[in-house]
Amino acid sequence: MITMNKVSKHYGAFQVLTDCTTHVAKGEVVVVCGPSGSGKSTLIKCVNGLEPFQSGEVTVNGISVGDPRTDLPKLRAHVGMVFQNFELFPHMTIVDNLTVAQVKVLGRDPAEAQDKGMALLDRVGLKVQALKYPGQLSGGQQQRVAIARALAMDPICMLFDEPTSALDPEMINEVLDVMSELAQEGMTMMCVTHEMGFAKRVASRVIFMDQGRIVEDDSKDAFFANPRSDRAQQFLAKILQH
Amino acid sequence: MGYSWNWDVLLQPSATGDGTYLGWMFYGFKMTIGLSLSAWLMALILGALVGVLRTVPNKALSGLAAAYVELFRNIPLLVQLFIWYFVLPELAPAALGDAFKQSNPIVQQFVSALLCLGFFTSARVAEQVRSGINSLPRGQKNAALAIGFTLAQAYRYVMLPMAFRLVVPPLTSEFLNIFKNSAVCSTIGLLELAAEGRQLVDYTAQPYESFIAVTLAYVLINVVVMFAMRRVEAQVRVPGYMGGH
Repeated sequence: MITMNKVSKHYGAFQVLTDCTTHVAKGEVVVVCGPSGSGKSTLIKCVNGLEPFQSGEVTVNGISVGDPRTDLPKLRAHVGMVFQNFELFPHMTIVDNLTVAQVKVLGRDPAEAQDKGMALLDRVGLKVQALKYPGQLSGGQQQRVAIARALAMDPICMLFDEPTSALDPEMINEVLDVMSELAQEGMTMMCVTHEMGFAKRVASRVIFMDQGRIVEDDSKDAFFANPRSDRAQQFLAKILQH
Repeated sequence: MGYSWNWDVLLQPSATGDGTYLGWMFYGFKMTIGLSLSAWLMALILGALVGVLRTVPNKALSGLAAAYVELFRNIPLLVQLFIWYFVLPELAPAALGDAFKQSNPIVQQFVSALLCLGFFTSARVAEQVRSGINSLPRGQKNAALAIGFTLAQAYRYVMLPMAFRLVVPPLTSEFLNIFKNSAVCSTIGLLELAAEGRQLVDYTAQPYESFIAVTLAYVLINVVVMFAMRRVEAQVRVPGYMGGH
């Protein structure tokens, strides 16, 4: 589904990504972790072309992201993305957040888009909030809406960029629950997160990054039982202490 | 101080026999409003366009927009007015220049004043729009692109609706400024409010009454603009955001 082959990126002299190679198969849930500044977010943004890269190749469903002839908006419309800071559109009601791209990008009939939006809101337990504005919802609620907004586009895979990092602790689980449910339904997911509990329960594979390189890319069990690199061992020791 | 107040002078028939002195003032009042509103419309449209261009990734377009802003923002308003009124008709192709110079003097003055105020203010509006767009969270653009919007759609549906809301208060200042700046246009003979004020002094020899009346007229305009813009601000307020409920 998602293939990255020797992807490298630099800002001027600063190397952000070096020779990153990995593959996410259909239905897989891959958790990307690592210390801050290791390039996790940049890596995941290369998948839908939000971050350009200088060398290497990324393909999604066989389509090359870096190819200038690729219709990026069309590709992105089918790759759902959820951000750390939710990024709902603040001037639109919740249900409009879910319908605007369906209508303007996919060309769906507004009534049909509305039905789909309401059904998805129901699914994430927020149907009663449909006519409110994002600023009137809690962080956890906003992030569930953001997930529903991505799902409304019928994505072939989903990218999560630290979806719980900006949330108060008591709201993290409501978001992780929605994500776990999605994973169980077979959604292909690539997820940058520090939630190791979520990784243990849901992930099929774990990628560990450090200083712009993919240091480990292993099955969940192998990663947690026996991380090969020192860096990953230190990271796990620190993060699993609490 | 030996000054003899005479407010009635405003209601006296004018020396030229075309109504009262208050009527002169009202003519200037209408001219100021007509000129300022049309220049404001022009400034809003051009300024929004140029402000957006300043933020696009294309270096040539954003550079061109930046040059536009610096050109119109850094030349004194009075100099710009003289360029539009005295210089450009000479530099324009002969047919166009002659047509301009043979047109009704009021039309010449009004067109020059409109172009001058419109371009000058558009550069200032562009800066406000640019700062509004730049003050949006960076993630908004990414979120709009990630869901499949083209860059143009991201501006149209996501970034501009919020950016314009953010710049309503600074735009109010610009809107007020354009009425006050329009007084400069009296220097090319346009009979707007300030010019009529001076005329009144010349003809009635009652400077205090004349200038107080003119000042009150400007204050009236500003009060109306402020209330109108406050209405706009309240209308577009987003619930749960920027003090909205």
